[in-house]
Amino acid sequence: MTTAVEFSSVSRRFGEVKAVDQVSLKIAEGEFFSMLGPSGSGKTTCLRLIAGFEQPSDGYIIIHGRDATGLPPYQRNVNTVFQDYALFPHMNVLDNIAYGLMVKGVAKKERLTRAAEALDMVALGEYGSRKPAQLSGGQRQRIALARALVNRPKVLLLDEPLGALDLKLREQMQSELKSLQRQLGITFIFVTHDQTEALSMSDRVAVFNNGRIEQMDSPRNLYNRPATAFVAEFVGTSNVLSGSLTEQLNLSGKSFALRPEYITLNSSDEQQDIRLQGRVCDVQYQGANTRYEIELPGGARVNASEANSILSQADAPRAGDSVTVSWHSDAMIELQAQAGER
Amino acid sequence: MTAISGASASPAVRSAAGRFADFLYRRPNFYLLLLLVPPLLWFGAVYIASLLSLLWQSLYTFDDFTMTVSHTLTLANYTQLFDAANFDIIVRTVVMALAVSVFSAMLAFPVAYYMARYATGRTKAFFYIAVMLPMWTSYIVKAYAWTLLLAKEGVTSWFIHGLGLDAVLQFLLDIPGIGGNTLSTSNIGRFFVFTYIWLPFMILPIQAALERLPPSLLQASADLGANPLRTFRHVIFPLAIPGIAAGSIFTFSLTLGDYIVPQLVGPPGLFLGSMVYVQQGAIGNMPMAAAFTLVPVVLIAVYLSMVKKLGAFDAL
Repeated sequence: MTTAVEFSSVSRRFGEVKAVDQVSLKIAEGEFFSMLGPSGSGKTTCLRLIAGFEQPSDGYIIIHGRDATGLPPYQRNVNTVFQDYALFPHMNVLDNIAYGLMVKGVAKKERLTRAAEALDMVALGEYGSRKPAQLSGGQRQRIALARALVNRPKVLLLDEPLGALDLKLREQMQSELKSLQRQLGITFIFVTHDQTEALSMSDRVAVFNNGRIEQMDSPRNLYNRPATAFVAEFVGTSNVLSGSLTEQLNLSGKSFALRPEYITLNSSDEQQDIRLQGRVCDVQYQGANTRYEIELPGGARVNASEANSILSQADAPRAGDSVTVSWHSDAMIELQAQAGER
Repeated sequence: MTAISGASASPAVRSAAGRFADFLYRRPNFYLLLLLVPPLLWFGAVYIASLLSLLWQSLYTFDDFTMTVSHTLTLANYTQLFDAANFDIIVRTVVMALAVSVFSAMLAFPVAYYMARYATGRTKAFFYIAVMLPMWTSYIVKAYAWTLLLAKEGVTSWFIHGLGLDAVLQFLLDIPGIGGNTLSTSNIGRFFVFTYIWLPFMILPIQAALERLPPSLLQASADLGANPLRTFRHVIFPLAIPGIAAGSIFTFSLTLGDYIVPQLVGPPGLFLGSMVYVQQGAIGNMPMAAAFTLVPVVLIAVYLSMVKKLGAFDAL
């Protein structure tokens, strides 16, 4: 498999701040690759480095076998879908989409035909003569997508493109993006702070924190085998067990991640080999699940999540009740020290 | 329960002012009316009424022989506007106003672009002050200063001499129509002074228009393969047009109505403003002065309707 984008110990400093710190990664051609992290973690800067809006302070970037370090954006065969869509307000939809072809000197007739095709691809065929201001957020999003894809880029960069959409539309666009990517076979690099989005769409996810990659893996492995406490807590929710609690379990000196859904309350399941007495501090009803915050002896608190069912409602624990918490020791994932502190 | 009965008792003891405030709150339209009537009356009396009286007076008859105004209504003043001598004044003024607007826009754009896109913090503050500082000085003082700066032995010619560009200056001054004996008595000089005086009014709207341009649009243009030149042509310039049009409203209308600069700098030959001044001051021909005053009013109305199409009012 060829490499679409390669970072070789790339750093980007803004004054004293290291926005991206010694990042190395390889993204395969045709891959749906997500960069996940909180704001300020360096994921957007990485995307801008690929697009060429930023240049690395150190290291180099290779895009499809060609050294892209120092290359301006307009000489790179990548296109971006911007967070705010960045549609040109003075052009209609069709001219917006044809813009990339126009500046490359494609003849008017051909570029308008291709733009119309791209517009059909995002199912907005009849909106060609509208101005961006006359469209809804979701429609603008699709236009931005069509405007980027009409150039047939080798790599498509998406900078939190679904952030401004409401939940229903976001979920719909997620599946559309995924099927579009499969159909076109273009490498998608997707920046997001939404872990569900990253998990549901990607082939691989890089989790960023403080300008470094904490972990780079498939969504399944990221969730089931988080490498660090940061990943465990950022991807899904997780209990990080350490200190006095791990001493009680004779596992002192290590820390572990434990997903709330693997902890059961008042269970008689013999396979769950770790059992502790605790007290319910707080109960949050969340529709499909109920989340319990439980204080264990020694003061540590864990979150447990149980699926709601009609039958279990009546004897569900309430705040203040004392409960037995239990889990299977295999559910505990041993964590490395912070990846950023090497 | 006690708290609720306590609360219900309080409206009964409200003061008259409080009740009036409640009344205004319930009738927001009345409140607005109260707010707007005084300024609207003022505008009505000062602007609309005086404009209408101007229009009316422009229809009076002026007797050249007795130098008196009679209240006989006539359109003669308007037909006289198209006499060769008078029409010359109109053309001269309009050409100058257009030239000043175009040149101001060309000078203002780079400055505005730098202010909007590159300058930050102290540099930006410096630029704002540098652009606006001349506007805080009396404009008559500036116009007088320029007559000296542009005079034959003045700073400008000294500077040009120092640069060894005397020949260039002489060449420019020899061009018929815009030249003259010295800079301060030529149309070139007048044009420079006008441009200098009205330039801030062009810089600020363009700067505001460029400031509103989201940086992501420029990045999107580059991302789609446009080099900086194409980005300028297809994205930056089209989106700055409303700002340029807004600025040109100022430069155009201010030049059109000016009567000080044409008196102080440049060759003899009246401008619209100075013609009005001469007609009503020296000659006392109020009807003709009124007719001349309506020329810029009409021209500006036409100009405004043109630049409105360019989105100038959205950029103000």
